[in-house]
Amino acid sequence: MSTIALVTMITVQLLVIIVSGYFFVKILSAKPKPEPDSYAEE
Amino acid sequence: MAQREQWGTRIGLVLAMAGNAVGLGNFLRFPVQAVQNGGGAFIIPYLVCFLLMGIPLLWIEWSIGRFGGRLNNHSTPFILDSMDKRRLWKYIGVFGIFTNIGVAAYYCYIESWTMSYVFHSIVQTFTGMNQEQVASFFTQYVDIGQSTTGIPFEAVIFYVFCLALNTYILSRGLSGGVEKVAKIGMPLLILFGVLLAVRGVTLGDTGLCADCNSHTGLNFLWEPQFDKLTDLKVWFAAAGQIFFTLSLGMGTIQCYASYVRSKDDIALNAMGAGWMNGFVEIVLGASIVIPISVGYLGLDWVKENAGFSMAFQTMPYLFNQWGAFLGTFAGFMWFGLLFFAGITSSLAMGTPWMGFMQDEFKWTRNKSAFSFGLITLIMGLPTVFFFQQGFFDEYDYWAGTASLVIFATLETVLFAWIFGINKGWKELTQGADMKVPGFFKYIMVFVTPLFLIIILLGTLITPKDGDWGKAFTEGYELDHGSLIGKLLHTDKEVNRAWFSSHFQSPVDGVVTEIQSEDGEQHIILTGFDQAQPTYTYTKSAHDKPLVAVGDNIKKGDHLFQGSYINPIFYLDLARLMLLALYLFICVLVYKAYQNRKKRTL
Repeated sequence: MSTIALVTMITVQLLVIIVSGYFFVKILSAKPKPEPDSYAEE
Repeated sequence: MAQREQWGTRIGLVLAMAGNAVGLGNFLRFPVQAVQNGGGAFIIPYLVCFLLMGIPLLWIEWSIGRFGGRLNNHSTPFILDSMDKRRLWKYIGVFGIFTNIGVAAYYCYIESWTMSYVFHSIVQTFTGMNQEQVASFFTQYVDIGQSTTGIPFEAVIFYVFCLALNTYILSRGLSGGVEKVAKIGMPLLILFGVLLAVRGVTLGDTGLCADCNSHTGLNFLWEPQFDKLTDLKVWFAAAGQIFFTLSLGMGTIQCYASYVRSKDDIALNAMGAGWMNGFVEIVLGASIVIPISVGYLGLDWVKENAGFSMAFQTMPYLFNQWGAFLGTFAGFMWFGLLFFAGITSSLAMGTPWMGFMQDEFKWTRNKSAFSFGLITLIMGLPTVFFFQQGFFDEYDYWAGTASLVIFATLETVLFAWIFGINKGWKELTQGADMKVPGFFKYIMVFVTPLFLIIILLGTLITPKDGDWGKAFTEGYELDHGSLIGKLLHTDKEVNRAWFSSHFQSPVDGVVTEIQSEDGEQHIILTGFDQAQPTYTYTKSAHDKPLVAVGDNIKKGDHLFQGSYINPIFYLDLARLMLLALYLFICVLVYKAYQNRKKRTL
């Protein structure tokens, strides 16, 4: 692979992994709202 | 009495919403689009379109859905109706049910292929087959008259079984069916995707040909061609990819979001689901098909053959190269991954119809799910029987492409300009677990609608080969694939009647051979072009050839006499079925509207 292709791939994929992970963790760690909320099991 | 639907958990909702977006296109459409549109540079327009069109539209659709849900509306006809007093909106909202049934009808057929190929991978049907044999296996599979397992009408049986499975899961409700499948399917999809992607990235040089190296494939995919950034075609391709990958303009996001209460978050949920789809597409989707294919078949082969069919006609052969055990396991993972990607999307397509029937006609969950299955079966069986006549592609274009762009444009105008951005923004930010950047308010009002109108116009009047640069500099010519071109069948210059007694030659040429074998007759023409291409036209032994060897033929001349059903008949039949479906839903909406009026009197 050429250096520029490798750099592009790693940069873009890392960016997407970090941003996706950030939002996913934020959802998991958000405080549940007081009942009654939208979710039957929470 | 209709049961009240509810999500079980927040993570279940986000996984179901991500599952709705993640489909076969993430693994098959995205890498091909990237390869055809500037490799690594494609990602720049892709991310720009995600920011300016994808994210705003996700937020718009989540907000519209939750707003409607508060008024106990769970499908777009009456959700849109609640946003503006004009009666027209409820009939525009019909798109949000119509599209889903129209797409589910053929999408479940692809889903049934993945299910069937999981079975064939496990029983090692593909072991020992070469590339041509794997490719012709698929052709045989979709030819209803043939069977690959000995079961008669195999493709039909798998299709009906797949639809029945979808119907059963839908009948279990949101938390008991859709959410459970998403909670199992999405982690498995990601796990299988990661394992195959690792293999794709680490495969390296296989030595089978001069450039049979997975790294060459990755290089081809990620090497930026910055000059392509000024090509409008690339931007259209990126915008189209964002649009379809996020399942925008379908009506499913609104339906799922309508079961979220006002005080609960939608802004962060939308970002979580949207970016998860991006992860599956950019990280996993880009690291499987292209690098593995280049690894075994070389770059030239992939350049010529990159497309949707590779999933079924190529991948099983490539997995064969890994030996019996690993090959079987890889086939199971690949088609399992596609199956989960498919079913999480097809389930989403069932929920708007169910929400509508439960809200308006007080149908039970079972009855609503069964009726969805039945309508989808009626709409879908012709796509199975007439797959090779183009029925499937016609549904895909009108229900799965054109309708989405039209509906998304109209709902965005409604949200930002008629309902009002201030009310819309309040809806979006109410209960939000993240701070929504204020500039998105302006993007939603000006940029997103503009983007959509440009895409709509681009779809309507696409220039030849989608080349806008050429259209502006060398003169405009309508592409056969544009909406107008499709509508008028501009690609079909001859044999335009539904039924005819003569078969007309589609090309100019000279008759070089007339053969008769196995109950068929073939007329072979050689074109007048410099390359002298050959064209073969095959009809039954009962038909009468009207030409002799050496005759010069002009386009439109009669080649055979017989009794013919031309392809245009099947295409028009597909359109008429879709139109009938749309009108049928409009009638139901009108009836529901009358019922509502009676209840308020």
